[in-house]
Amino acid sequence: MPQNELTTSSIPANRRTPPKESDMNMHSMTVRGKDRYKSGVLEYKKMGYWEPDYEPKDTDIIALFRVTPQDGVDPIEASAAVAGESSTATWTVVWTDRLTAAEKYRAKCFRVDPVPNSPGQYFAYIAYDLDLFEPGSIANLSASIIGNVFGFKPLKALRLEDMRLPVAYVKTFQGPATGIVVERERMDKFGRPLLGATVKPKLGLSGRNYGRVVYEALKGGLDFTKDDENINSQPFMHWRERFLYCMEAVNKAQAATGEIKGTYLNVTAGTMEDMYERAEFAKELGSIIIMIDLVIGYTAIQSMAKWARRNDMILHLHRAGHSTYTRQRNHGVSFRVIAKWMRLAGVDHIHAGTVVGKLEGDPATTRGYYDICREDYTPMRLEHGVFFDQHWASLNRLMPVASGGIHAGQMHQLLDHLGEDVILQFGGGTIGHPMGIQAGATANRVALEAMILARNEGRDYLHEGPEILAKAAETCTPLKSALEVWKDVTFNYESTDTPDYVPTPSVAM
Amino acid sequence: MRITQGCFSFLPDLTDEQISRQVQYCLENGWAVNIEFTDDPHPRNNLWEMWGLPMFDLRDAAGVMMELNQCRKVYGDRYIRLSAFDSSHGWESVRLSFIVNRPKDEPGFRLERHEVSGRNIRYTTKSYAADRPEGRRYG
Repeated sequence: MPQNELTTSSIPANRRTPPKESDMNMHSMTVRGKDRYKSGVLEYKKMGYWEPDYEPKDTDIIALFRVTPQDGVDPIEASAAVAGESSTATWTVVWTDRLTAAEKYRAKCFRVDPVPNSPGQYFAYIAYDLDLFEPGSIANLSASIIGNVFGFKPLKALRLEDMRLPVAYVKTFQGPATGIVVERERMDKFGRPLLGATVKPKLGLSGRNYGRVVYEALKGGLDFTKDDENINSQPFMHWRERFLYCMEAVNKAQAATGEIKGTYLNVTAGTMEDMYERAEFAKELGSIIIMIDLVIGYTAIQSMAKWARRNDMILHLHRAGHSTYTRQRNHGVSFRVIAKWMRLAGVDHIHAGTVVGKLEGDPATTRGYYDICREDYTPMRLEHGVFFDQHWASLNRLMPVASGGIHAGQMHQLLDHLGEDVILQFGGGTIGHPMGIQAGATANRVALEAMILARNEGRDYLHEGPEILAKAAETCTPLKSALEVWKDVTFNYESTDTPDYVPTPSVAM
Repeated sequence: MRITQGCFSFLPDLTDEQISRQVQYCLENGWAVNIEFTDDPHPRNNLWEMWGLPMFDLRDAAGVMMELNQCRKVYGDRYIRLSAFDSSHGWESVRLSFIVNRPKDEPGFRLERHEVSGRNIRYTTKSYAADRPEGRRYG
């Protein structure tokens, strides 16, 4: 049978998995009956954690791991061990299993494929019964799936590549507090990416100086400014000072332009109590948006998402720290999984890469993240690193944020790669403008509006981009000077994380 | 001042030909275009008056342009914007919105500060024009 038939509609969408690359998937080796529970040590693949005939249920959570076994370790055994150690198993047989519906609770590895072009690495598909997880808790989900198993000795490395979250589980989460549509309605901004900038320098500005940067950037044409991830409450600027001066700037810019403006007030702090205090103050001052860092932890994020929903607040998440575990292809957790967890957890914004900027981001992989954030249904797209069909069951859409080393001269590329529902954040690209911050903001806004106008007119804006920008710069000196200053700035480095897949399914058997 | 609400306020005012191309883009996407006008452009005023209903089932931008010109004849001294509605599931809101007519003189907004406890301030944005009754605010 041609393998690409696997993608036809004859197979229920929830059963679809990528075409098999090899024939490693032989039959079950599970020991059954009395022998299964004889005291001692039994291989994981014989304990019921390797079930190649298992058909995942609609309600199962499926995880895809990239497994790199130690030399000499059988990949099937390694994968079964991952299933075991991330669910019910311990290193030896225990009789207390027999007091439970153990077969239901065992995670089942049902498929192992060699990773294309990566000797020694295997994709292991593991199904988990829904009852293994507490509803509405990323902490519980992650404690199971990535809790213990990443340090398991028989593995050289392990990476959680992707997850299929069943609708039954998705529906136990709040999801983004505000969502893209409502955020746009509140901001009264439609049809174009939103524009932001992170205040620079990230450290050292006093509250008064900080407010100056916010005012200039917003008045010049940006929709948002942003605290950096490590701006919390330091000796040079305590948080209340920042909030007060920032809100003066936001309101003044709003009156000067007639537009809704916002600044992401970072409420990240050492305790939940401190974060709530800061969030309440932001609300009292009339801020429309607050911000948290990924490093506060999943539970704190979910708490703040619930607070944001209750208080009409947009919730921005900075993915501080993620590269420590997302960047290397062989070990850690892929960012696409983090994006899925964060959409469940309920943040409204997430930094998801720029493709063209200074930070890591292969175009296809980044596209996969953006789809996960923004679509109600993300189909399997191996070329984007998306391994499963994912239904979001009308959970709000999560606005991706592109930040880091981008400037007005790349506007056509940014629009092409990232689309319309995104926040483009030009920090240096606003504040570093030779004519000042307002001019920097204006340059970005004019470049963006000119590009959207051209796109909607049906022009080939990607190729005519430089021309469109040059034309817009004829009536906008700030844009002209931005194009001149940053004309040669590009960040072309090889990506460390690109999808591993075979472009065309081969015909098997 | 120049109010910069809407998608294209930072560009020179669009010509009718440019407006028409944007409308055509909306129609080709299956969105219904609505004409709205106001003399109260406060940033939180989302309820601009409707010039008729959103134009559902329209194929050609010329229909919208005709209505726009009618609207301009009556309310040429006010802000007029076009908004395109997308009824697709999961969106069901505006997809594109931009100003197509402005008063000759845009006085803008005053920021009022009400000092309250501590260093807190309550802010109110007030349109200078809105001090006068509706219909007599511009021109």
